[in-house]
Amino acid sequence: MLAAIGAESVAELFEQVPVPLRLGRPLALPGGMGEAEVLERMAALAARNADADEQVCFLGAGMYDHHVPAIVDAIVQRSEFLTPYTPYQPEISQGGLQVMFEFQTAISELTGLPVSNAGLYEGPSSVASAGYLAMAATGRRRFVVSRGLHPHSRETLATYAVGYGAELVEVGLRDGETDGGALAAAVDGETAAVFLQSPNFLGAVERVEALGAAAKEHGALLVVATDPMTLGVLKPPGEQGADIALGEGQPLGNRLDFGGPSFGFFCATEKQIRRMPGRIAGETEDVDGRRGFVLALQTREQHIRREKATHNICTAQALNALAAMVHLAWLGRAGYRELGELLVRRTAYARERLAAVEGVEPLHEAPVAREFAVRLAAPVGRVLERCAERGIAAGYPLGREYPEHEDGLLVAITERRTRAQVDALAEALGAAVAAEGGDFAPDGATKSPVGEGVGR
Amino acid sequence: MTLADASYPDDLRYHDQHDWARIEGDAATFGITWYAQDSLGEVVFYDPPEVGAAIDKDASYAEVESVKAVSDVIAPLSGEIVAVNEALGDAPELVNEDPYGEGWLIRVRLSDPGEADQLLGAAEYRKLLERE
Repeated sequence: MLAAIGAESVAELFEQVPVPLRLGRPLALPGGMGEAEVLERMAALAARNADADEQVCFLGAGMYDHHVPAIVDAIVQRSEFLTPYTPYQPEISQGGLQVMFEFQTAISELTGLPVSNAGLYEGPSSVASAGYLAMAATGRRRFVVSRGLHPHSRETLATYAVGYGAELVEVGLRDGETDGGALAAAVDGETAAVFLQSPNFLGAVERVEALGAAAKEHGALLVVATDPMTLGVLKPPGEQGADIALGEGQPLGNRLDFGGPSFGFFCATEKQIRRMPGRIAGETEDVDGRRGFVLALQTREQHIRREKATHNICTAQALNALAAMVHLAWLGRAGYRELGELLVRRTAYARERLAAVEGVEPLHEAPVAREFAVRLAAPVGRVLERCAERGIAAGYPLGREYPEHEDGLLVAITERRTRAQVDALAEALGAAVAAEGGDFAPDGATKSPVGEGVGR
Repeated sequence: MTLADASYPDDLRYHDQHDWARIEGDAATFGITWYAQDSLGEVVFYDPPEVGAAIDKDASYAEVESVKAVSDVIAPLSGEIVAVNEALGDAPELVNEDPYGEGWLIRVRLSDPGEADQLLGAAEYRKLLERE
């Protein structure tokens, strides 16, 4: 290669770099390893993490250990889907665009709102996008946000709000649900949107329609974040007055994967269609009258509208959204509803079982769907350590983001959590609380090892 | 959709950003020229401004959206909006089919009729287009 470019040595290529800036010695890289050695080394590194197959995972807080059927990988790993980058040209991407269109259709049906995009990056940034849309739609700059919204969503919205020149007003929770009186008092003619999550971060199913009335009264948009696994049993946001329904899509078709990648979904009323962020696939006809798919309403996007665009996303998490679509197709309508019912039943069982354990009590009595919060009579961090020793990741310590619930633990249920596992959790918690409960002083959940290693 | 033929009526005044004004006393109707609609392509959306709003000469008062582009619409003269073309909500393609008639965008009460002296006549506007 040197000969081809007419250089004497590699060093000669760096002659332009001033001598004082040069390293002056070979890079301290270890020698190469053979394939078998590399595998051994990687396996050793990976073994330092406990994953959701090794530990029974009751961790939720936005991402859940669901069963991903084998058909998802069989389709998603096809090179036609796996390898292309931004496959949006209709000339060569009809399959990809069709899947996006089907995904949009499915999500739109689930949320009860007529318009959906092809997906965004994840839940929290979808919430932030909704804020931008609300500002454009109302001309106002205040967001009223429930403390029940996922902490990452609140944080992301707050970060974007700085750039938007918008302000956030947070409304607290009362007995696990958004404080309706405080919410009504916080909403006024300057409010662009009210943000709710149902089920909320503490697992409670919120009274979305009632809470949303304050938004309607003042002409603010109602934005509802939701869990796509619960829409088979809960009334969809679209039927509860939501102008925008969105959320984290991971539970559909995507594993935990150390927190990503996943996708966000975003649906809205017809009125907001021209303000929607993200890619939108549309159905149309070609010159010969055959059905085909294209990107639609591109005049919202950066490549046409530049700084006046509705968002800065120029792609989608198409592969993750495809996984979701395959999962939904595999479940079917009946299966999807049955899965939701199973989650509700098993969650009810788990909450009851745990409530019966000495030193464990529900943090709130609000209705729940697949996740609930309990209060422990022992330092949460130590309890989690003891449960981990038994091979159980018992839940998410609330004290991290909800200092008012220092003693709180969030427990999530999926269809992979059997009754036997729930019983084992109850026993483990009971034993741990009994062992650690002695001189209970809040230990500050930051000492908890949980969350640093559970993934898959 | 039937496309209009290129035309620049003599009774109108033109702005170099491809907008026209039909002046009647102290009121005027605005729209975009044949050249503007031809460049945009099929118009699919027009969100009219509010009646009562004040607009300034040379400033943008609305956007016209086609399948491939979004364009600011520039006010040829200053004034207060007294009417907007609601028909464009259901039939935005009127802007293409009849840019000087059914495709009108807004009507204003002029605040400074003298500004009209700064606008171009049909012949001058045609000359400008030849240079484009």
